[in-house]
Amino acid sequence: MKITRRGFVKGAGAATAIGMIGTPYIALGASKKVVVVGGGTGGATAAKYLRMADPTIEVTLIEANKHYYTCYLSNEVLGGDRSIDSIKFGYSGLGGHGVKVVHDVVTAIDAGAKTVKTAGGKSFNYDRCIVAPGVDFKWETIEGYDAKVAEDIPHAWKAGSQTVTLRKQLEAMKDGGNVVIAAPGNPFRCPPGPYERASQIAHYLKQHKPKSKIIILDSKPKFSKMGLFTQGWKALYGYETDNSMIDWRGSAQGSNDNAVVKVDAGSRSVTTGFDDTIKADVLNVIPNQKAGKIAFAAGLTNDSGWCPINLHTFESTIHKNIHVIGDASIAKGMPKSGYAANSEAKVCAASVAAMLNGQEPGTPAYVNTCYSIVGKDWGISVAAVYKLAEDGSKITKVSGGLTPTGASPEMRAREVQYAYSWFDNITSDIFM
Amino acid sequence: MAHNNLKRALIGALIISASSVAFAADKKPLLSGASASMLANTCAGCHGTNGASTGPATPSIGGISAIYFEEVMLGFKNGEIKNTIMTRIAKGYTDDEIKAMGEFYAKKPFVVAKQSFDAGKAKKGAKLHDKYCEKCHADGGSSAEDDSGVLLGQLTPYLHYSLVDYKAGDREMTKKMKKKVNALIKKEGDAGFDALLNFYAQGKQ
Repeated sequence: MKITRRGFVKGAGAATAIGMIGTPYIALGASKKVVVVGGGTGGATAAKYLRMADPTIEVTLIEANKHYYTCYLSNEVLGGDRSIDSIKFGYSGLGGHGVKVVHDVVTAIDAGAKTVKTAGGKSFNYDRCIVAPGVDFKWETIEGYDAKVAEDIPHAWKAGSQTVTLRKQLEAMKDGGNVVIAAPGNPFRCPPGPYERASQIAHYLKQHKPKSKIIILDSKPKFSKMGLFTQGWKALYGYETDNSMIDWRGSAQGSNDNAVVKVDAGSRSVTTGFDDTIKADVLNVIPNQKAGKIAFAAGLTNDSGWCPINLHTFESTIHKNIHVIGDASIAKGMPKSGYAANSEAKVCAASVAAMLNGQEPGTPAYVNTCYSIVGKDWGISVAAVYKLAEDGSKITKVSGGLTPTGASPEMRAREVQYAYSWFDNITSDIFM
Repeated sequence: MAHNNLKRALIGALIISASSVAFAADKKPLLSGASASMLANTCAGCHGTNGASTGPATPSIGGISAIYFEEVMLGFKNGEIKNTIMTRIAKGYTDDEIKAMGEFYAKKPFVVAKQSFDAGKAKKGAKLHDKYCEKCHADGGSSAEDDSGVLLGQLTPYLHYSLVDYKAGDREMTKKMKKKVNALIKKEGDAGFDALLNFYAQGKQ
């Protein structure tokens, strides 16, 4: 057996482990019940990998919806190259791994009693709970915008019905129309997402409504993969020419000049921090974000609106025996991406499985890979391999980087195929 | 002379210690010793659970030879094999970590990809495989024990990209492979490769 640096602790050695890091591990032979709250990328991955790590762990996954629509590649649905059904996934695959899937809404988590309560009136006991709530919106940061208005003026930042609504609005728009995208402030789910969205909408408009424009109103001075996006936009959509299809309007650091501060649903127009009013034919408002609702209800968030965690185990630093993964967690050093959530879920599952068996969690390893499709045969990516700082303070990038700007057309075309491969494999890794 | 050598060695030692001090100040020490499964599971998002890729273009890595895995990853790491994404990722792992991942995946089953193919071309491809490839890619290209890449049932776009890279010189062929590939090109042209890819796509020996 391989002995890890910090020692492999089991049975009698467990006493040492408690002394060493002060966590009350459950003794061997005790029950091993895990409740996973949320069946998105992080939650579903954690449930599956827990069962793969130790099939004696009883895993219950509680998720409100019968199907999950992935955010990744939902921009291609907007661009028209992909159907909404191709990003729809069910939970029967997890059943095959012995995960008990319950469709209900978690309303409360009692960290003291170690119980999870649902809207359906059920209560579930756990030894450890993994919470993967995703993001919620700070509606209050944009006057005149809320969940009700978003049914007609979609954020489409959680894929599904709003993705379809936005696509239909783009299809119905006249040639020469204005599409306005309000991009959120940091930190938010999927940092390159708003810019890939603009690219995919431009890809559609270029083919079908070439007189149309896309205005991105941004509260930020720069954005993810900016050099690569602008390179692609110049080549494909006339960016920075008089005839540019895309007009990105950033805000200087500390200003909100081009941030959307107000939405007038009736006239489908927005007002910026500089008090400009811009009328849209199709309006997509992506508000600022915070951890999903249950994270607040369970008291797992700090003043930032996100969930502080131990970066080794993803255990909440607020409530013991509750772990938070994915976009809602403060995974210092990692982005809020689908691949990061998948990777964090595996680290968390391995840690939880070890701790439920009275062992010390092993050294973690994390990866992120993220593709964006800028246009036909034009893919770009960012990747990183991470290790944990010995003092646990940061998830540190040890290698990685962006697609080189000098990549050949052949390589950019391959990156589109790799993006599809990423999608097919990560969704099977999560749901199958 | 001896004095100069000593001086050089001392200066060298000073530079090394200075740079390691700078490193420690800039970067905190990192935890090492992740298990093989912990390391290998980070690949699954692109290469499939247990390395069984659902395609279309990322290869299956489950059930391939540990030595071949190591060879390719080290090739990415030191830049000998060009690749848009793996060159960036492979640098993140130590040689020992790469070895551990290779051993992990070698123990997993190779899952034959379900792909469309042209039966006529596949039949021709089977013959070409026997003539040009079988010596190194044994058992119809299904063996991992020869420490060459598994070809039978591997994803076609990946095999196609690999051939393009070999032909362009972006990936170096072994002497034996070069000889056989050149002979195949001379005799059969691109149609020969097309036939081979169809044989590997049909997945059966």
